Amino acid sequence: MSSNKTNEGQDKTQQRKNGFSRRTFMQGVGVGTGAVGAGVLTQEQAHAAHHVVGPGPVSMSLRINGKAHKVSLEPRVTLLDALRNHLDYTGAKKVCDRATCGACTVIVDGNPVYACSMLAIEAQGRDIETIEGLASGDQLHPVQKYFIENDGQQCGFCTPGFVLASKAFLDKNSNPTMAEVEKGLCGNICRCGTYVGVRQAVLDAAGELRGGASGD
Amino acid sequence: MATNYDWPAAGDRSVIGGITNRLDGPDKVTGRAIYAYDRALPGMLTARLVTSPHAHARITKIDTSAAEAIKGVRGVDIIKGEGAELQWVGTEILAVAADSEEIARDAVLAVKIDYEVLPHLVKDENIENAGSAVKPASDKTEGDPDTAFAQADAVHEGFYGLPSITHCCLESHGQVVDWSGDEIIVYASTQAVGRIGADLAKNLSRDESIGNVSPNQVRVITPVMGGGFGSKFAIDTWGVSCAKLSKKTGRPVKLMLDRDEELQIAGGRPSDYGKIKVGAKKDGTLVAYESETWSSGGVTSRGAPPLPYVMPPPNHKVRHLSVATNTGPARAWRAPNHPQAAVLTWGAYTDLAAKLDMDPMDLLLKNIGLTARPDVYRKELAIGADMIGWKNKWHPPGDKTAGPIKRGVGLSMHTWGGRPHDSNCEVTIHPDGTAVATLGSQDLGSGTRTVIGMVLAETMGLPVEAVTVEIGDSNYPNSGASGGSTTVGGVSSSTRRAAVDALEELKKAVAPAFGVDADRLVAKDGYISVGGGDQRLSWKAACRKLGARSVMGTGKQPDRNGGKLADSGVGGVQMADVSVDIETGVVSMNKLIAVQDCGLIINKKLAESQVLGSMIMGVCWALYEERVYDQATGQYLNADMEFYKLAGIGDIGELGVHMIMGDYDDRGVIGLGEPPAISPGAAIGNAVFNAIGVRVPTLPVTPDKVLAALEKGGMA
Repeated sequence: MSSNKTNEGQDKTQQRKNGFSRRTFMQGVGVGTGAVGAGVLTQEQAHAAHHVVGPGPVSMSLRINGKAHKVSLEPRVTLLDALRNHLDYTGAKKVCDRATCGACTVIVDGNPVYACSMLAIEAQGRDIETIEGLASGDQLHPVQKYFIENDGQQCGFCTPGFVLASKAFLDKNSNPTMAEVEKGLCGNICRCGTYVGVRQAVLDAAGELRGGASGD
Repeated sequence: MATNYDWPAAGDRSVIGGITNRLDGPDKVTGRAIYAYDRALPGMLTARLVTSPHAHARITKIDTSAAEAIKGVRGVDIIKGEGAELQWVGTEILAVAADSEEIARDAVLAVKIDYEVLPHLVKDENIENAGSAVKPASDKTEGDPDTAFAQADAVHEGFYGLPSITHCCLESHGQVVDWSGDEIIVYASTQAVGRIGADLAKNLSRDESIGNVSPNQVRVITPVMGGGFGSKFAIDTWGVSCAKLSKKTGRPVKLMLDRDEELQIAGGRPSDYGKIKVGAKKDGTLVAYESETWSSGGVTSRGAPPLPYVMPPPNHKVRHLSVATNTGPARAWRAPNHPQAAVLTWGAYTDLAAKLDMDPMDLLLKNIGLTARPDVYRKELAIGADMIGWKNKWHPPGDKTAGPIKRGVGLSMHTWGGRPHDSNCEVTIHPDGTAVATLGSQDLGSGTRTVIGMVLAETMGLPVEAVTVEIGDSNYPNSGASGGSTTVGGVSSSTRRAAVDALEELKKAVAPAFGVDADRLVAKDGYISVGGGDQRLSWKAACRKLGARSVMGTGKQPDRNGGKLADSGVGGVQMADVSVDIETGVVSMNKLIAVQDCGLIINKKLAESQVLGSMIMGVCWALYEERVYDQATGQYLNADMEFYKLAGIGDIGELGVHMIMGDYDDRGVIGLGEPPAISPGAAIGNAVFNAIGVRVPTLPVTPDKVLAALEKGGMA
């Protein structure tokens, strides 16, 4: 709730460190959000915007978990809908569909992104990491392992997004404090009330990823 | 000798009471868990609803021709036809199915509907404005309140309340229906796998163009579901419409509600507001209580809160009114009516204690004899006081320390039934050693699947990883809907009985190998042994003695031979420690603690998760949640997740849970979904009062209300 406010109050260093904020998210969305994105378009992106495609289906290629997928989609299709409805990646969930709750979180070029608010066509040429690609076979990522150990899940609908947001957060914050975890993951909402387990899971995973060294 | 189904004694338990991780955890953290919303079938269409933009209107004309002309639109189902009255924003009017979600959305926009707009009422906090929408709902008197008030040393009168909130399940309501030939498969996000099939059949049979549909034709499949909290018991209009579209098009159809629809029409906990008057003797002895309360559950009445709650003074007069509003209909929300009753009761008692210059803890202890279980509450209050540091933290209302941050503590108590629901279970032991419990229950995220597995494993003397649990399919033996904290008692009882019976069959098959009577055999630590001694076979070797045969046991709750493995009726207390910034009005959580009894605990970790989840949901509705309606337009202003606020991970503070374990094991298993969901609002509201010295009369305790209360109290 007050999470968004807290986020706005952060300084830029903090935003970069956490790797996620509403502003970086909007920048990421770029051409997809029209008026909102216009102010932050780079010149390169502005040029690209002149290339008009659609409204009919457009052939595009998406690189998901290292694998290329050819799809033909209308340009208005979001990355989330492309993953869920047109490919077989249903781990990212559609909940608010408005960049508020984080259930659709995927990692694009190393940054957590609300897939509901990025167009599939914009995700071309980028590395898209989904929950399906996080574990290596039966070997769970430490974040996944500690979500289970700390029971950081109930109904599980927010879980894939939370796990990926946590992974992306830890990639840039290897030794976070509890307060940093709370700030860094304020873009994900759970309705069942699993935050206590989630907080601990992220701290435990951080410890294991650092090689078991305790930083607290 | 009669079979003994009792839970093993404390010293003999190897699984129950432990901390097994939830069995579906790996599926959930990897994205492999397939929810209704994730279901994709060959040829599946996507359907969307057209809903009412008005709080109250009559449909004068529906024109779907432009929508139906769109390429890829496959079918339209009219739910409310021309002439129908619509009584809240979001009322379902029609559904349209198309090849893709994008096309379905285009079609929704192309539907033209004309309305005759009618007068509406959407707000209920001020009953004076509600006019004829107010109807008496209940009225009861015990003792002689008027005389008792006249003889009381102190009387407090105040206004308290809380608005309607919405469930906001992260997986919205909805389903995929695959109607093929005579069979209708429903992949549903539901709390009632064993019930919504019959619900659908009944609704479809009302449609003459469809004719009679038997519940036997309908199969419901729900391996996992994304949150219900009391809102997902019915097939609902959209489920019926989805089925009709599947029949009409001959294709599977998916219809999941959009987020705005989810908040408008698929969730709603009734409001409650009221004037509460309480009287006591100088020493704090409660003598009289009078309340006039009202609430709205939409256009229909929703029952009254159980007042006076938990601790009824001997003389009381309780009157409740119902206000019909043009808002989305109420649905059960964790512990229906109790959270409201707690807010209305403990707020008034805390304020009365202030009038008597008493610590509210002392007032509650003084009157603990008025509760149904004084010993339980007394113990829980003592534990809770220690956990939160009540003695050091409580101060007379209004933190007198310097600076803008004021700190305070508050408390609340609650009760709930949670009797076990009806449940049937089959347990099968196969010659390869597989032991399977099968029942048509569902796991809402509360851990039902895991609890069943633990009961099965405990009975067979196996680790949890060695057993299989199959739930979430209406073809399995019928088990009750998951509501009212009835599931854990129901499924653990039926599973225990089925498992014991199946094990007896196995023992009979194995006994000849040992040359002893079957009843001398014991299943423990992965072995079937004679009396726990060295004469033993591993579980797998024992099962091989079955040859080519599998053995089965069936268990029921309740059992016709009686016997009690589960019970109902618990007590709990919660205490909150908050800080309030009197310059901004922002309330932040320092700590919230819960002390809870629930009989025999099967999984300590999951039990604690249930309590923590309830507390965090409680922080949400204590501080943030409200369905905001605008009387001028009738609109629901925050039917989204930007402005319908929920707590984030940084908003909850420290949480502490103390489960009473061991004391009440002999009562058997008692449900836990509701009890801890009752008290957070009252405890937090009272903590704010303790911090700032003035009452913020209604939840959520938002900054504007804090500042207004401070100003009114002359503290700003």
